[in-house]
Amino acid sequence: MPRELLKGNEAIAEAAIRVGLEAYFGYPITPQTEILEHLSRRLPELGRAFVQAESEVAAINMVYGAACTGARVMSSSSSPGVSLMMEGISYIAGTEIPVVLVNIMRGGPGLGNIAPAQGDYFQAVYGGGHGDYKPIVLAPSTVQEAIDMTVMSFDLAEKYRTICMIIADGSIGQLMEPAELPEMRPIQRQNWDWAVNGTGGRQRRILSSIYIEPKDEEIANLRMLKRWQEIQKNEIRFKEYYTDNADFVVVGFGSAGRIALSAVRAARHQGIKVGLFRPITVSPFPFAQLEELSKRVQGLLVVEMNMGQMLQDVQLAVKGNTPVEFYGRPGGVVPFPDEILHEIQRVATSKLSLDADPRMSWLDRATAK
Amino acid sequence: MQKEIIIAGFGGQGVLFAGQVLAYAALDNGKEVTWIPSYGPEMRGGTANCTVVIADEEIGSPLVQNPPLAIALNLPSYDKYEPLMRPGGVLIVNSSMIDRTPKRGDITEILIPANEIAEEIGDKKLTNMVVVGALIASLPELTIADMEQALKNHLPVRHHHLLPKNYQALQRGYDLAREQLAVPQQ
Repeated sequence: MPRELLKGNEAIAEAAIRVGLEAYFGYPITPQTEILEHLSRRLPELGRAFVQAESEVAAINMVYGAACTGARVMSSSSSPGVSLMMEGISYIAGTEIPVVLVNIMRGGPGLGNIAPAQGDYFQAVYGGGHGDYKPIVLAPSTVQEAIDMTVMSFDLAEKYRTICMIIADGSIGQLMEPAELPEMRPIQRQNWDWAVNGTGGRQRRILSSIYIEPKDEEIANLRMLKRWQEIQKNEIRFKEYYTDNADFVVVGFGSAGRIALSAVRAARHQGIKVGLFRPITVSPFPFAQLEELSKRVQGLLVVEMNMGQMLQDVQLAVKGNTPVEFYGRPGGVVPFPDEILHEIQRVATSKLSLDADPRMSWLDRATAK
Repeated sequence: MQKEIIIAGFGGQGVLFAGQVLAYAALDNGKEVTWIPSYGPEMRGGTANCTVVIADEEIGSPLVQNPPLAIALNLPSYDKYEPLMRPGGVLIVNSSMIDRTPKRGDITEILIPANEIAEEIGDKKLTNMVVVGALIASLPELTIADMEQALKNHLPVRHHHLLPKNYQALQRGYDLAREQLAVPQQ
């Protein structure tokens, strides 16, 4: 396919269609409404299902029901809308069915604002809903990655009978970049051995998240963890820039990661040996890869558009091997490369401590006047 | 090579489309490019701006704090971006809507009466193409021919009867900017 100038939100929607999205259920919310808008036009014209539900609560339960048939279904929303979906998301996780969800994150908590943010990392990566489960969470930083991850998310969700969520901040949703869409594939609904799609004489199947007998629920929980073990083994993805001979490495996902790339390049021009590590799967998180990296650098700088959430996973990964520093812009503020460059310079020239709490040190710097 | 451009004005002045035409031209010329709008609760009559980054390699930040190139289509945009310009940068000023004199001595300001030129050509909606033409005089990575091709390639066919006037607008802006830059005509 040729490279086209595509907007992040529309690219996600069109990519989903081309890999066989059969039904979408959602409710409009900025800054992801273009996903819903695009699908509201395209799905009916292809004879597929588009439903604008009365609320996000309704939408996620429609997704739940439709996914039980084995069809490729999805929903998308932005932060407050995703919070509303959490009960349904937990039920989907407990029923072990594949569902693709997209969160185009905005500033919060609460109603917050509609500006780009990464404050939903914990909610996404640690499941968000009640009970013991882990979804796969992908964090694109370009329109092309948003397309590729949409394609991948359906395969991953089906392979592991799990929720696969794409988290991108509002700026990726609104950004236009040259990107290549996948070719249109015919819908090929697989004959899953778990789907409820009409018995046709075979044994009846029941899909549910109810395990009245605790021992049965325990078995289901352990089955899900076994599957998670496989996901951790097979599905970790990340991208490294200039890390080969780096003394320091910036760690950032999504927009924060790509903005940090500009800062890393500028720092390299000034002779600072700095690299960038950008997790693409934030769940499963590239713990082992970061641990390896932490053994050969003098410090890590985590940059996020929140108050230090992925930071905790980075700290877990590095096991105290190297100091970890933090720089964040929460609330919908997008950092400029110059700010991150300044932080790289600070990290490269100060005496770093293994004992300091990077969030609190950052907070002191951010609020000092 | 990396060039960052901010285009700013009132909603309705064609700010976002002007940026998209630049982005399409960059795409057609095999460059990496990003286009990102300011999006907010305000729409018609409010301020609008977009940032276009054109580069040879993978683009990091799609936003820029101190642009080397910018277009200010109205006074609020001029007041906002003139102080933010990178020293040595070029600011295209729509002098039809901005009557104050430049404050910066370390940037080049090109004054283009874009509304009047657009009206002379026959359509006020061409204002954006006039200033984009003026910008091209300071953006050697793209030519007026590239812009014309981008319009032709990406405008829906039903709008193609408007192409000649768009081409005129681009050329008029470009010529006026070249005069002001005192670069000999080719």
